[in-house]
Amino acid sequence: MTHLDGIETDNTWTGRTRRWLLKRLPPDKLLPNTQPSYVASWIYVFGMGAIASLLFIIVSGVVLSFNGPMWYHLSVLGHFVNSVHLWSVEFFFFFMVIHMWGKFWMAAWRGHRVLTWITGVVSFAVSIVAAFTGYLVQTNFDSEWIAFQAKDALNAAGIGAWFNVTNFGQMFMWHILLLPAAVFVIVAMHIVLVRVHGVVPPLEADDTDAQLVGQEASHVATH
Amino acid sequence: MIGMLVAGADLSPAGIFLRWGIFSIQLGNLLVIIAMLVLFAVALVLPFPGGRRDK
Repeated sequence: MTHLDGIETDNTWTGRTRRWLLKRLPPDKLLPNTQPSYVASWIYVFGMGAIASLLFIIVSGVVLSFNGPMWYHLSVLGHFVNSVHLWSVEFFFFFMVIHMWGKFWMAAWRGHRVLTWITGVVSFAVSIVAAFTGYLVQTNFDSEWIAFQAKDALNAAGIGAWFNVTNFGQMFMWHILLLPAAVFVIVAMHIVLVRVHGVVPPLEADDTDAQLVGQEASHVATH
Repeated sequence: MIGMLVAGADLSPAGIFLRWGIFSIQLGNLLVIIAMLVLFAVALVLPFPGGRRDK
């Protein structure tokens, strides 16, 4: 790394990547210690509620994975952990739906935040698939019934050969590895985008949005 | 083994279903949707404790 008149001139890919990251997401934006006053509202807490629920889902899921999908049939502790896993999912969707309603009605895609909105919607969709595969790995007659109903819909859509809901091993791997990894990555992208662009203000506080102020300034400068 | 079979059989009832014409919904699902709507409305009007101090 070299410095010329205070300007970093390192042109390695690592140096360029570091400069790009520091420009888009400086440490004070990544880990802010203050937020705008409009964030002090109950409607802004549901996203964090969904993240807290997701942590409970992951931790209880990891504990279940130590003992396998049949554990909860035979153990009181297993039944408790399985119930924590189920209720964390219930709260996850409960909070995520209210979070989505709040963001929809404040048009949260304003101020270059369209990717934040899109990653939120995609995480919702992928989470639904992850939850559905959870119903398939209950190892009881309920899961068998659900699998045999779902296979007809998936075969009608032409994907039953690749996503076979009657194949327990395949559905188990989708449920404990592939879909959780996808949810985790998309939620992480969503959170990073919230940090990059800042928390969206309410509609009546549009003029305080640094993202929109910058947009208007560039608009004036080019006309 | 018997306990496992009983647990696997899932003998719990299907739940209460409410029907209005072609529309039908399980009572539990309806209660969750109502709870979400109530919490959404309350979040809009309830003051946040210690709020509006920064910036």
